[in-house]
Amino acid sequence: MSENQNIPAIEMRGVNVAAMRDASFTVVEDVNWSVASGEFWVIAGQEHSGKSDLLMLAAGLMSPADGSCKLFGNDTKNFSEAELAERLRAGFVFQGGQLFNQLTIAENVALPLRYQKNLAEADVVRPVESLLELLELKPLADVTPANVAANWRQRAALARALILKPEILLLDNPLAGLGARHLQWWLRFLDQLSHGHEQFGGQPMTVVVTADDLRHWRNDRRKFALLRDKRFTPLGLWNEVEAVNDPVVNELLAVQIEATI
Amino acid sequence: MTSCYAAAVRGNLAKTFELTNTQVFRRAPLPRSYTDFLGRKLFLFLLTMQGLGAFALITLGVILRKSGVAENVIRPRIRQEIVRAGVALLPMFFFVALALGFLVIGQTVSALVKVGAISYLGSTMVIVVVRELGPLLAVMLVLARVGTAHVIELGTARALGEVEALEVLGIDPVHYLIVPRVIGMALGIFSLTIYLIIGALVSGYFFAFLQDVPMTPGDYFKQITESLSWLDFALLALKTIAFGFFIAIVTCYHGLAQPLRLEEVSRVAVRAVTQGVIVCVLIDALFIVLYLLT
Repeated sequence: MSENQNIPAIEMRGVNVAAMRDASFTVVEDVNWSVASGEFWVIAGQEHSGKSDLLMLAAGLMSPADGSCKLFGNDTKNFSEAELAERLRAGFVFQGGQLFNQLTIAENVALPLRYQKNLAEADVVRPVESLLELLELKPLADVTPANVAANWRQRAALARALILKPEILLLDNPLAGLGARHLQWWLRFLDQLSHGHEQFGGQPMTVVVTADDLRHWRNDRRKFALLRDKRFTPLGLWNEVEAVNDPVVNELLAVQIEATI
Repeated sequence: MTSCYAAAVRGNLAKTFELTNTQVFRRAPLPRSYTDFLGRKLFLFLLTMQGLGAFALITLGVILRKSGVAENVIRPRIRQEIVRAGVALLPMFFFVALALGFLVIGQTVSALVKVGAISYLGSTMVIVVVRELGPLLAVMLVLARVGTAHVIELGTARALGEVEALEVLGIDPVHYLIVPRVIGMALGIFSLTIYLIIGALVSGYFFAFLQDVPMTPGDYFKQITESLSWLDFALLALKTIAFGFFIAIVTCYHGLAQPLRLEEVSRVAVRAVTQGVIVCVLIDALFIVLYLLT
């Protein structure tokens, strides 16, 4: 195995995660976490537990308030425009998609490729079409996001993240609000990416997702971690998650809901 | 000093999240007194000027530094903005030029003839139309038609998280969203002002002609051209480009440079237009001083 393959895709040591909207407020403390290439991680936590902030930090979009966060061995604190190519090795999908409303679905997907490689519209038709076809989005190519159902917007956001062929894919609560059919599609497709999809060179993609409902993520290959009370706790594989006797984990597994409304 | 005061006030506010210093000043509870009112207005003015100045410098830096980056994406966007802030407004400007000619210039020409001051026609037209009314009217119309749209579009994009999405994709939001708007507006206002001035002068003569003013078109335009100097052309170009640049900066700053919620967008649009008008008047005053000095 080469030296590069031994470098963790994501590595956090003693990281304090600040809130994206207010850097003076710490949402998660003392994170020690290492993600090897090709792993599939599910970060579970309740609302406002800091899942999105942790994911943004892992993608190199925020600097840690304390500690060090590395993406493929490169400290994210040092990321500037010169290291943009390194940062773009990680793709990010927002909860809800956050597509550009003035552009059509096809234009949304094409934009990162056109901007990063300085390509004309005609030059990206083929890769965009093949990705839209893969994600069953071709009939919606010329429609603006406002006229597309939320299920498909989320999928278009995935296409936009995949067009740059990232090595790590970070997804913020990707299953939130999806219908049963879309939910199955997402689980199957993320597994294909994790195993290595032929359209992306057959290399296993590192996948990190956040979730507020663990039931759908049951799988023996995936690794799990919990965000609770500003603490990041790696739980291990699925059998270890089920063995944990914790009210928050139980709630995330919908075993026993004691929420007060 | 302002940031120290903002920090002190911030500590007393129940909700400390998501507030910029400017927002803190707007919401800080203060005892009712004229000095508090004036002090708050002064601090807000200083903070806004600081923010606008920084934003203008950042935008200028990006225009210079990234002139060759992603040309295939940015150039079509600049063309699109020139169409929006220029070409698409031509019918409205044609109408306004006619109105300006009929209502103001025609009457001025007629009045000058009546009092026997026809020899002042050229200089009057140059001062009123070329230096002042043309550029100011053009920038106000573009501010109303396009500036407000900028604030709403960018404010909505900001509130819906599109700016964060651009950053995730490695796209500089200032380069992608602001630079085309700034260049489009600067070139749009410059071109529209020229068309407005020419249209107003021509229609003004037409109105004077209808009033039987004893003056040939040759005499009318000769007087105007003789009153124009190279400085008028140079300062007109500078002034209209400055108008376009700063109007775009003000509207884009309010739409993009601060965290916004959807319900705040309409209020911010009104504030941006008000500040846009103030900025135009300040730039105009600066150019009057330049004219007087030369």
